Amino acid sequence: MEQASPDPERQLQPGLLEPLGRSDAGLGVAVDEEVEGAREEGSGGDTMTHNNFWLKKIEISVSEAEKRTGRNAMNMQETYTAYLIETRSVEHTDGQSVLTDSLWRRYSEFELLRNYLLVYYPHIVVPPLPEKRAEFVWHKLSADNMDPDFVERRRIGLENFLLRIASHPILCRDKIFYLFLTQEGNWKESVNETGFQLKADSRLKALNATFRVKNPDKRFTDLKHYSDELQSVISHLLRVRARVADRLYGVYKVHGNYGRVFSEWSAIEKEMGDGLQSAGHHMDVYASSIDDILEDEEHYADQLKEYLFYAEALRAVCRKHELMQYDLEIAAQDLASKKQQCEELATGTVRTFSLKGMTTKLFGQETPEQREARIKVLEEQINEGEQQLKSKNLEGREFVKNAWADIERFKEQKNRDLKEALISYAVMQISMCKKGIQVWTNAKECFSKM
Amino acid sequence: MEGERRASQARSSGLPAGGADGESPGGGTPFPGSSGSSALLQAEVLDLDEDEDDLEVFSKDASLMDMNSFSPMMPTSPLSMINQIKFEDEPDLKDLFITVDEPESHVTTIETFITYRIITKTSRGEFDSSEFEVRRRYQDFLWLKGKLEEAHPTLIIPPLPEKFMVKGMVERFNDDFIETRRKALHKFLNRIADHPTLTFNEDFKIFLTAQAWELSSHKKQGPGLLSRMGQTVRAVASSMRGVKNRPEEFMEMNNFIELFSQKINLIDKISQRIYKEEREYFDEMKEYGPIHILWSASEEDLVDILKDVASCIDRCCKATEKRMSGLAEALLPVVHEYVLYSEMLMGVMKRRDQIQAELDSKVEALTYKKADADLLPEEIGKLEDKVECANNALKADWERWKQNMQNDIKLAFTDMAEENIHYYEQCLATWESFLTSQTNLHLEEASEDKS
Repeated sequence: MEQASPDPERQLQPGLLEPLGRSDAGLGVAVDEEVEGAREEGSGGDTMTHNNFWLKKIEISVSEAEKRTGRNAMNMQETYTAYLIETRSVEHTDGQSVLTDSLWRRYSEFELLRNYLLVYYPHIVVPPLPEKRAEFVWHKLSADNMDPDFVERRRIGLENFLLRIASHPILCRDKIFYLFLTQEGNWKESVNETGFQLKADSRLKALNATFRVKNPDKRFTDLKHYSDELQSVISHLLRVRARVADRLYGVYKVHGNYGRVFSEWSAIEKEMGDGLQSAGHHMDVYASSIDDILEDEEHYADQLKEYLFYAEALRAVCRKHELMQYDLEIAAQDLASKKQQCEELATGTVRTFSLKGMTTKLFGQETPEQREARIKVLEEQINEGEQQLKSKNLEGREFVKNAWADIERFKEQKNRDLKEALISYAVMQISMCKKGIQVWTNAKECFSKM
Repeated sequence: MEGERRASQARSSGLPAGGADGESPGGGTPFPGSSGSSALLQAEVLDLDEDEDDLEVFSKDASLMDMNSFSPMMPTSPLSMINQIKFEDEPDLKDLFITVDEPESHVTTIETFITYRIITKTSRGEFDSSEFEVRRRYQDFLWLKGKLEEAHPTLIIPPLPEKFMVKGMVERFNDDFIETRRKALHKFLNRIADHPTLTFNEDFKIFLTAQAWELSSHKKQGPGLLSRMGQTVRAVASSMRGVKNRPEEFMEMNNFIELFSQKINLIDKISQRIYKEEREYFDEMKEYGPIHILWSASEEDLVDILKDVASCIDRCCKATEKRMSGLAEALLPVVHEYVLYSEMLMGVMKRRDQIQAELDSKVEALTYKKADADLLPEEIGKLEDKVECANNALKADWERWKQNMQNDIKLAFTDMAEENIHYYEQCLATWESFLTSQTNLHLEEASEDKS
């Protein structure tokens, strides 16, 4: 299992990366604040200091999406979407940005990057990827992965993912991440060379695995409960929101029918004709305004979804800690039983049932030499065990310390982001209301002139 | 000739309905025998017409009473009706106020039915008193409508709410249904009261004032079943002929009615659909706010903002409920009434065509069968007058109806627009105040950090 402290091999030398992190689509503001936060935090701890040393800053954007066809692992034709990642370095002094790298990646490569980060940074709440398949879809939204609106929202989500990593004080220094942005060919090989798949504990893969821990750390248990609650409440919210969106769509669109009928009716009316006709036009405007409104709301839903998936990342950290704790307890247990065995052999008393005791009874006592040899082996094992336990304890304490630092950072980020998301929701509602007032005021004028 | 006298008397009584007291010199004496049968009334009226000049108002009333396809004369001239129209629509001169309320369920061994209380307040002389309270059931309204159609086949009689609810009989005593019906019945009676001609109809007066037993006995009199059947047979037989010789203006009217009927039906469907969608939106919104409260339970730092969002959503929810009920009050009943009106209008056109058909068939008979040549010209003369009066009555009432329709539709849609504006304004205020409080909070926190 990996050490919790930053591995110098994993991390880049200072000077190569200074994340500025911006996007002009999606969650620009959130990320900028994120970066501010990271910078402030970076002045202490084991993260390297920024501002005074480095001249270069980088901007990352996922600027395009393209449909591609190719052959997959089984040599079958497949269609997939590739995303263009552009990295710009910004000269500190004059703020001009220069395109330094540009390459295409597909979703599966993003997944690979994330899986790698999960293994090598088990104490970090690793930013989640946007959803693989469209969920919480209301009926007009397409659930098709190839649908352009879905692809567009995914593009924004992937950009957000990269920006989150780039603004994380520890993750941003990872070499593989750097290569992801800069090395188009052979990146997969580089990742696989790290051997991270081997390092990954297969026990963690079992999603619902629980390990019976005798002395659970209350903080982590609480965190696990929190992440469960967060997941459940956001899922519920997204489900209801999708239904509300569906209904709202219905209300707006039905009004469009007025437009057509008013127009036809106006043909037979002399005095009312003009009023009807123009009112009908406003009804059409009203009906079509819902499309933009709901598209905006979809971005809000995406912001919530990110934290839905973040809940899973939190749970991963908890599970990792659980596993560590479990191994520790097993090791301690094992050591204790070996010590006891040793003592029994030395004093000759057999307090517990053992196979040796049985065989002794059956086949006769062992010789003192045999006993001495066994004691020696056990003493060696006990020594080794004590060393291991010591290092495991140390490892555990390091893990907890670093994990909590990141969890605190995450909590602040979450509070900021969610507050902002809720405020942006209010702003959207205000815009929708203003549009509504406009349209109906116009319609009322037309009606009153009939 | 009797017919002529009647006509001259009618012309001199071109009075506004409300001006009864003002016009007749001796003041109005109550109309005698108001609860008699129509036949009796007719006889009395004939007597009075000959003797008393100051009962002009009543003579007009009485002569109107007997307007069915048997009697050839139409007492009021279009001119007098137009004068009436001008006065009628001024609220100051309204002298008949009707309300329909208090639906009550009555259970008998045979059936269960609902009666509605009808209160009439009036200053009209021909009414025995100034206030009346009676109970009527839907059947009674149907009867009244039938009598009015009989008496005035080419006037646009206001529509009654439907007999059954669209989605099946089982819901007959559902509260919403009863309330909707009550409102429509209220509208029905008031429309009759506002109509320059119908307001003086005798059956209408009996409907408003007679006790239950009086009404039943009155109902039983009048043209019998057989004669009514005969009417129907003749009507069906002659309905086709009328269409061929329909004058141009009535062709136009008919086209309008057909198109109008199509459009208003569509608008009715659309409006009902909007109501349904708004209701479903409201139902989902009700669930939306509380989830934020639930969420706030597990978030220490976000408790306040989540609770604020939840309360904003709830307020918008209430606003949407109000919008829904506004739609149901202002728009749906009006549109639906005009759907029924359009059916009504088609019936009126048919009846006009029938009256014309009668004339046409007699003219045909004259052309081909020279045998009864003595009687026919006189009959034809009467029928020609009848057709002319029917057409004139319809034309005048048509203009009135169109004007009312325009006003009603305009008002209904303007109200709907107003409801929507109000809804969006309320929601806007809610979210804007939320935003302001968040900004203020942010500024507070910022200044705290600095200090």
